[in-house]
Amino acid sequence: MPKVEFDRERCKGCELCISVCPTKIIILDEKINKKGYKVATVHEMDKCIGCATCARICPDTVIKVYK
Amino acid sequence: MAKQLMKGNEAIGEAAIQAGCRYFFGYPITPQNEVPEYMSRRLPEVGGVFLQAESEVAAINMVYGAAGAGARVMTSSSSPGISLKQEGISYIAGSELPCVIINIIRGGPGLGGIQPAQSDYFQATKGGGHGDYNLFVFAPASVQEMVDLIMESFDIADYYRNPVMIMGDGTLGQMMEPVEFKAIKKRDLPPKDWATTGCVGREHNIINSLALVAENLEKHNWKLQEKYKQMKENEQRWELYKTEDAELVMVAYGTTARIVKSVVNKLREQGIKAGLLRPITIFPYPEKAFALLPDSVKAFLTVEMSAGQMVQDVRLAVNGKRPVHFCGRTGGIIPTPAEITKVAMEIMGGER
Amino acid sequence: MKVVFERPSALSDKQTHYCPGCTHGIIHRLVAEAIDELDVREKTIGVASVGCSVLAYEYFNCDMQQAAHGRAPAVATGIKRVHPDKVVFTYQGDGDLASIGMAEIVHAAARGEKITTIFVNNTIYGMTGGQMAPTSLVGQKTTTSPYGRNPEHCGYPIRIAELLSTLQGAVSVARVSVHDVPNIIKAKKAIKKAFEVQLSGAGFSIVEVLSTCPTNWGKPPLEALNWLKENMIPYYPLGEYRTPEEVK
Repeated sequence: MPKVEFDRERCKGCELCISVCPTKIIILDEKINKKGYKVATVHEMDKCIGCATCARICPDTVIKVYK
Repeated sequence: MAKQLMKGNEAIGEAAIQAGCRYFFGYPITPQNEVPEYMSRRLPEVGGVFLQAESEVAAINMVYGAAGAGARVMTSSSSPGISLKQEGISYIAGSELPCVIINIIRGGPGLGGIQPAQSDYFQATKGGGHGDYNLFVFAPASVQEMVDLIMESFDIADYYRNPVMIMGDGTLGQMMEPVEFKAIKKRDLPPKDWATTGCVGREHNIINSLALVAENLEKHNWKLQEKYKQMKENEQRWELYKTEDAELVMVAYGTTARIVKSVVNKLREQGIKAGLLRPITIFPYPEKAFALLPDSVKAFLTVEMSAGQMVQDVRLAVNGKRPVHFCGRTGGIIPTPAEITKVAMEIMGGER
Repeated sequence: MKVVFERPSALSDKQTHYCPGCTHGIIHRLVAEAIDELDVREKTIGVASVGCSVLAYEYFNCDMQQAAHGRAPAVATGIKRVHPDKVVFTYQGDGDLASIGMAEIVHAAARGEKITTIFVNNTIYGMTGGQMAPTSLVGQKTTTSPYGRNPEHCGYPIRIAELLSTLQGAVSVARVSVHDVPNIIKAKKAIKKAFEVQLSGAGFSIVEVLSTCPTNWGKPPLEALNWLKENMIPYYPLGEYRTPEEVK
């Protein structure tokens, strides 16, 4: 099963990953990180196809992708 | 090596090469053009690189890059060009990089002229660019001395991780004198483990002068100041000439000091006990030399090819204990022995 | 299950100071990926410039030098002449490269200096708070062109890729964008190629990367990507302006 890992503390909540995810599984977490940003997180990991599109547009190398 | 007759500017180039300098970045400006011309001929012969930059600004930044990469590197210019280099020199001083900078001074301000002057003394010894920093500055008085000091300058630059400036003037650059390239006493130099050489098996090295946290920048500044303090303690250099019984001590550096030396002799012939204090380092300023002068000294006379710059350092060193007089010519005019003698006679109460 | 995407080793662990959604971060990663893929991290020396990318020396995990405003190509020249066997790159913004550093970039390119320049064009001075840049578009509002850039008053934006491609020493010149994933992939290829050109010893290589500045454009990150696509690309066409094959 493909999956993605988000490094909460690196995320700045820019939402670019959300805009490109083909399966629309990324959302903003209501809980803020230490920097004060609402961070991107995946709510239905089982739908992840491991395409790494989110990781490629992320400006902060938050996302690690497994396949 | 046997003595050979060389033009000052060419001797500068050869001295640098003998000292292991393999990189030179420069830009044409009179009266120092023979330095880059010599380097463009000689450096390829010894496996080095000469590059004519698009401007003095670019040249000094190439020096910054090469020095940061661990090389022995030099640039040369003349007054207006040295003004352009000030930004880069400040970065080099801030990043603690070693390099040698030659200034063959011409008259200013602005485009000024192309005749010899010493009017860049403040710029050379008080920092020159922005921020609290100092260069190590030598002021040689002959082609031979210039060669000796340049050969040592690369070691001094490496030892202190600080830019060294050789302050000459158009006369020194253009005249021919016999020179000999003698091996210098080597200093114990630390390895350049900070240089950007590729981070094989180590953490990455960073050459930088940016410190956005004020406390860190202050700490860095105190570190620099400590270095300058060490220079002041260990590196002051001067020549004393006939000062043992002197009543009038004349203070002059560079080619002006050669004229003043002849004035000292002339005054002595006329019964005036004159002497010469010649600073060889102008930063650190040779304050220690003033403490060595006898009590017989009644007054000081500073002679410069400027409107009066070093005279301020003489006043600081004398600290109000004796009157300090000034005699200078500016705009590229070299003071004559006769006019200096006249001023000296006036100070000492006229003809005897 | 294996890792198919992760942070490249040529990036340090430091978190960047860039604003949310600023595409500088993407471009940093692409440069680092190219360095990793070519396996040259330990022989690469980077030069950071002045502007938003001033702290790049902390972000790239290779030897780095910080340069005065606009002078990165001169600094890189000094480094490369000392270490011709190393990979030397500059990372510069539009104010740095196309305004104050125009002489240095043109002459480094003309000399065919064997370095690679990553030129980030976001049409604005970001670090200083959004002033007009040499690449600001006609009509673009900035803090020093509050009524919009008026060409009658301050001329037209400079197209660096086109300008440098007239120089013989600039053997590899391309303009790319990072406003969407397909373009990010193309940008990566162009950056990697530019480093390969340097490794081949052919001459100077530069990649102009169109980038966003959400904060100073006053747009949310996603909207900024669209603004880039709709406004910048028509004036700054993407493509290869010069390739080593053409030069031969």
